[in-house]
Amino acid sequence: MTKVADNVNPDVYEKGSEREITSTDQDEDVTDEFDEREIFDLIRNINDPEHPLTLEELHVVEEKNIVVNNKENTVDVSFTPTIPHCSMATLIGLSIRVQLLRALPSRFKVTVSVSEGTHMSEDAVNKQLADKERVAAALENNNLVQIINQCIAVK
Amino acid sequence: MARLELLQSLNGHKGIVWNVAWHPQGKIFASCGEDKTIKLWSKEGAEWKTKTVLVDGHQRTIRQVAWSPCGNFLASASFDATTAIWDKKSGQFECNATLEGHENEVKSVSWSPSGQLLSTCGRDKSVWVWEVAGEDEYECESVLNAHNQDVKKVVWHPCLDILASASYDNTVKLYKEDPVDNDWTCIATLQSHDSTVWSLAFDKTGERLATCSDDKTVKIWKEYKPDNQEGVIVTDKESIWKCVCTLSGYHSRSVYDIAWCHKTGLLVTACGDDIIRVFKESEESDPNAPIFELICSKLNAHAQDVNCVTWNPNGNQELLSCSDDGEIRIWQFIE
Repeated sequence: MTKVADNVNPDVYEKGSEREITSTDQDEDVTDEFDEREIFDLIRNINDPEHPLTLEELHVVEEKNIVVNNKENTVDVSFTPTIPHCSMATLIGLSIRVQLLRALPSRFKVTVSVSEGTHMSEDAVNKQLADKERVAAALENNNLVQIINQCIAVK
Repeated sequence: MARLELLQSLNGHKGIVWNVAWHPQGKIFASCGEDKTIKLWSKEGAEWKTKTVLVDGHQRTIRQVAWSPCGNFLASASFDATTAIWDKKSGQFECNATLEGHENEVKSVSWSPSGQLLSTCGRDKSVWVWEVAGEDEYECESVLNAHNQDVKKVVWHPCLDILASASYDNTVKLYKEDPVDNDWTCIATLQSHDSTVWSLAFDKTGERLATCSDDKTVKIWKEYKPDNQEGVIVTDKESIWKCVCTLSGYHSRSVYDIAWCHKTGLLVTACGDDIIRVFKESEESDPNAPIFELICSKLNAHAQDVNCVTWNPNGNQELLSCSDDGEIRIWQFIE
């Protein structure tokens, strides 16, 4: 039995270009702080749970919706579900959170939330994603972790 | 200047350490976490060391540990939906009873002041009251479904059989047994926080309650009994609890735990911004509108979120904390 996707025919966008490597990037003496582009590169290729497309191609994640503060050790990512009643919103948010949790140094506080006004249950989804105890419990669920790993795995 | 001096950092757990709990005499403490183990620590000379490791009691994260008031029993609440009771009647700590019934994660466990009652709560939105029915026997007295979301914490009143619970539904509820039909009922709902209430602590009289929340505030609640002098109208026979103080602007992230020292009256908070803060009630504080002052902020108390703080019950101003970073730290508070 296959479940019909919430949004059967989503808008698809072009992939962006790869990050340009500047001369300072290769200079060992320059400290490279984390920047928005770097965070974007970590999450742009996460797969949508329902479509064979990446979150970037669906404009679920965009570089402009990422804020990094190296001094405060915070990374805030807001993502935009393709439709306001997307039932996958929590799973998408969780995948972003898990990917950043694994990829970033532990000093960072990662906040993942739905872009304002883009989801019917925005507050409920955000509260769930911000509750680290519930996230920890979710990540002990092997079925869920498998699904998340499938989303995160770069194809 | 009040300060927190680090006495020792303790490693030993793998992953998140969720909770630490002092033995009632303050010479031993227990810790638990993501690695599904409970460790018992005590002092050897000047150093705190692991004395016992309790394994195989739980299949998943152990969220909280709690000593019975007599100090002979240790209860552990786990994401595996069970609560285990450990004792060392055989000479070493063993799990001799397992409380089952919650549908999923158990988030908290607490013993009543007499040690005759036990309470648990969890993700399934319920609060359970258990009675110690005999040696290694526990009977469920009541299942309370007053909350409509995940229940994060249960704490008993320091001297009466009154239970308090804090929830993801932003409220705190109090319960007591109705002497007429022996039924447990919700006697008060404390509503004021804007997000999840993570933890709560009674003061030594039990007439005040401090709560901490994901809304980054701490609130102090005061009990107004029927016919109180202040003229607060109490329509029911049960007391009314009013929020008499909100500490806002101090915490920059979610406040995960709060402890109220019954010897010194000092409040301490554990916060998602890695900071431990100590608050003291001002001397000219009006009981109906108390003032609490921040007297100590320990920046970078841990490398990650602080999950739990607790004062040594013997009043020596020793403080325990634990964190997502896998460490337990012991502090000496110096005023």
